[in-house]
Parts: sequence; structure tokens; C-alpha cells
Amino acid sequence: MTTTTTTAATAPVLAPVTAPAARRRRRSLAPGRRLPASRLVGPALLLAVWAAASAAGRLDPGAVPAPWTVLRTGVHLWTDGTLTTDILTSLQRAGAGFAIGLTAGVVLALVSGLSRVGEALIDGSVQLNRAIPTLGLIPLFILWLGIGETFKIAIIAIVVYIPIYLNTHAALSGIDHRFVELAEVQGLSRLAFVRQIVIPGALPGFFVGLRLGVTGSWLGLVVLEQINATSGLGYLMFQAQNYGQSDVILVGLLVYGVFGLVSDSAVRIVERRVLSWRRTLSN
Amino acid sequence: MAPHTEQLTRPAVSLRGLTRSFDGRTVLDGIDLEIPAGQFTALLGHSGSGKSTLLRAVAGLDHEVTGSGELVAPERVSVVFQDSRLLPWRRVLDNVLLGTDGKEAAAKGREALAEVGLAGRERSWPGELSGGEAQRAALARSLVREPELLLADEPFGALDALTRIRMHGLLRELWERHRPSVLLVTHDVNEAIVLADRVLVLEGGRIGLDLTIDRPHPRSYSDPLLGEYRERLLAALGVTEDHQ
Ligand SMILES: Nc1ncnc2c1ncn2[C@@H]1O[C@H](COP(=O)(O)OP(=O)(O)OP(=O)(O)O)[C@@H](O)[C@H]1O
Ligand SMILES: [Mg+2]
Repeated sequence: MTTTTTTAATAPVLAPVTAPAARRRRRSLAPGRRLPASRLVGPALLLAVWAAASAAGRLDPGAVPAPWTVLRTGVHLWTDGTLTTDILTSLQRAGAGFAIGLTAGVVLALVSGLSRVGEALIDGSVQLNRAIPTLGLIPLFILWLGIGETFKIAIIAIVVYIPIYLNTHAALSGIDHRFVELAEVQGLSRLAFVRQIVIPGALPGFFVGLRLGVTGSWLGLVVLEQINATSGLGYLMFQAQNYGQSDVILVGLLVYGVFGLVSDSAVRIVERRVLSWRRTLSN
Repeated sequence: MAPHTEQLTRPAVSLRGLTRSFDGRTVLDGIDLEIPAGQFTALLGHSGSGKSTLLRAVAGLDHEVTGSGELVAPERVSVVFQDSRLLPWRRVLDNVLLGTDGKEAAAKGREALAEVGLAGRERSWPGELSGGEAQRAALARSLVREPELLLADEPFGALDALTRIRMHGLLRELWERHRPSVLLVTHDVNEAIVLADRVLVLEGGRIGLDLTIDRPHPRSYSDPLLGEYRERLLAALGVTEDHQ
């Protein structure tokens, strides 16, 4: 977006009297320049309304505690160590599940995207797996793996691997036929073809899957911790529900929110780095 | 790049009874053709006459096409497509170097880019090039391999008229320097006449006309002596002057 700086003010001085009126730039239909820190405006306003309503005593502190109460509870939980332990437990679960899901998704997509035998063995099974809502597997997995950490990590890994597999596989098998021809003409070996054309070409699809996978890992975590809580952030919130501590629940939600935001931004930054060639097309 | 010193006695391309068909429909019907090493040949024909089919056969790109016949083509063949076909995720120089390796490759790549007038654009992304620049990069990519045979399927088809004229000059200049055999597929009678020393017309699955154009280079688009060739080619293509 550029600002419109027409020379309408100076042009008539130089132009002969009969000259047509200085040409105006057309009115731009785009929404225009972004307000500074525009994303923060809405949340800040919400926070202000919340604080004002609390201060005016219009909110039931049992249901919606004041922002400063939530903050104080957060600091308190942090300093006595409860929150840190719970956060670490949750992060370990999500991290382990995500790492396994990511590896499995990428490896399976490569095997099935690059060989016909692999495709015959893997693709159908994954499509079948996808049709079953993963969270529906929880009872079965508890029977198989017990109610410990293993089943939680397994469920998160499944939630993560599916979108990564699907998007990476679609990108790998959807490689532009013209580039296959080019590789043949340039005499590329099969390995060079895969490394220099297939994989870079599939990266955009992989990143779509990765972002869905990251979101999925947090979703899986929340569900697992809320219904099978024995430790972790969800457990903290579950306990708080029993004791009617809505401020603790809000602290937990806040931490989940920060997890989600930070991980999504991290993926975006990596994506922008790796796919830097794409920026030239989008602008 | 060392100039090509192939002996003119051995043909670069030799086709005997080349036949290709799609779903029982014969597109190439027993083509016999020899292209001497170092000759600049253009191939004309109606849309759908099988020009691309012939070119792809010579390039060895028609794996799944039914056909028969004998085909001899050199070891080092380069193809320039109608689209520049640059990989958007590789910088221009890396695109030019696709499929080459070794230490001198990068230097050769730079040299080839300089030859097509793209010195200084080595680190650009293909998305940053104009259509003509992208096509020049594709030309550089085909040159780096020092081809004995350069196949081009309407390489300038997507360019504007002005850029196309510039590219004609460039292609002819590059050919004079490196002397590969060239088979240039085109729709454009004038392009064929101005560039090539021999023009073939593909008609009914066979070479309907084989015309040697014996005029010095560089040729002018308005050379009246070329008009005769133009008329003969247009007649072979079934176009009479009042259709123009
Ligand atoms: N893969 C294919 N499958 C089926 N038919 C094909 C295939 N490729 C080409 N053909 C047919 O073969 C005929 C010749 O096609 P070809 O692409 O060689 O024509 P062309 O002379 O290059 O035309 P143009 O000038 O429009 O590029 C056409 O009738 C086309 O429909
Ligand atoms: Mg064609």
C-alpha cells in the first residue's frame, strides 16, 4: 500500500490553461494501511471493560474474578512452584507427542509419496485411521497402555501425525508434471530429483500440515488433561473446578493460550525463513 | 564453452520410419529425417500436427506413447520449453546449474548467464524475473550442458513481439558461438524464416516440405527475398495470402 501523493497542487502552475485536470489516482479498494499494533486493540479494549466492570462490582467474583485477582493467583501459583511443575508436565507430554507425531507423519508421507509399494501399504491405512476420531480411541488406549503417560503421548502423536501426513503426502504426489519432465531432460538421478525437486516442492504442503499438527497437539493435550487428569495443567484446572476457584481456571486457560500463540508464531517464523522464495510471488 | 567441432558427415539426429500414435490415432506416420550436426532447423505445422510429439520423441520424453521406428540422437541434448520452467525455490544460478556438478559448473553457469544478458541476476528468485528474462535464464540452463542438440518447443510463444525479436537475435548469436544442432518448433513462419537454415513442415504425420533457406545472416524481417520462402511455406501450410 502506498500513500497517494498526487502533484495536483503544483501541476496547474506549470501546465497550460487548456491542459486537462491533473490526473487523480484511482480510489484504492484495499482496506488501507494497518493501524499500529492493530491486533492488540481488541483484546486491550476487552481487558479494560473487564477491569472496569470488576471495579464497579458488576461481576460476580465467584464466576468472573477481577483481572488483578487472576494475576495475583498466577504469581502465587508460580512462586510456590505448583504452576511450574504443572506446566513442565504438560509441555513434556505435548512435546513428546508432537515429536513422535511429526517424525511419523513425515516418514510415512515420504515412504508413501515416493514409492508405489509404500503408497499401497500406507496410504489406505492412514485414510482409515483418519476416519476414526482420534479422541474416540482414548478408552481403548487406556485399556492397552494404562492411564499413565504413554497413552497420553500416543494420542497426541496420532492427532499430530495425521494432518502432517495428509498434507505432506498430497504435496509430494501432486508434484508438477512439468518439473518431472525437466528433471528427466536435465539428467537428474532419482535421488537428486527427490532432493532438489520433490522435497522442496512439497515443503509448502508440509508446513500447512505442521501448523495443523501444532494446533492439534494442544487440543489433544487439553482434552486428555481435562478428562484424565492426574497431573499437569489440566489437572490443576480440574481441581480448581472442584473447589470453585475460577481464578485458577483462568490462569490455566491463559497458559494454554500462551502455549498456542508461541508455538504457532514459531512455526510461522520458520516457515517464512524456509519458504522465503514465496514472498516474491505474493507481493 | 568450447566451440563445437562435430564433423558434418555424421548426422546429429536420424529418424527412420518414426511412428507415434495416441489411442489408435496416428500422429506421426513413418517420419524419415536427418539433421546434420550443427544445423539450425525449424519445424512448422498446424496446431495438433504433431510437432511437440516429434520433439518429445527426439528428446526421449515419450515413455508411455505407442510407436515404432528408429531414432538416433546425441548424448547431450538440451530442451527449452515454452514456459521457462524454472524451479521457483531455487535462485537463478542454481536453476541454471540444475543437473550439473563439479567445481567449474558454477563458473560456467555464471558465464552462461552473462551470455544471455543476465549477469548480476544470479541470486534473484525466478519469481522476480520478467517473462523474457526467465526465458533467457532457461536458455542459459540449456547452454551450460554444452548440448550437441538443442530442442526448443515454441520457446518464445509466451513472449511479446518486441521481446521475441530480441530473443531471435540472441538465439542465433548463441547458436553461432556454440554450434549445436537445433530443432526449433514454432507456429510462426517469420520466426522460422529469419532464424533457421532449413525449415520443415509437418503435415499429415509426415514431413510435407523440406526447405533450405539460403540467405545470409543476420536476416531482416522485411527482406523481399525471404518473401518467396514465406509464400511457399504458407502454401504448404494451406494458408493463402488473402487469409493473412
Ligand atoms: N498425451 C497425449 N494423449 C493423447 N493425445 C495426445 C497426447 N499428446 C498429444 N496428443 C495428440 O496428438 C496430436 C499432436 O499433438 P502435438 O502436441 O504434437 O501437436 P503440436 O503440433 O505440437 O500442436 P501445437 O502447435 O498446438 O502445440 C494432437 O491431436 C493431440 O491431441
Ligand atoms: Mg506443441
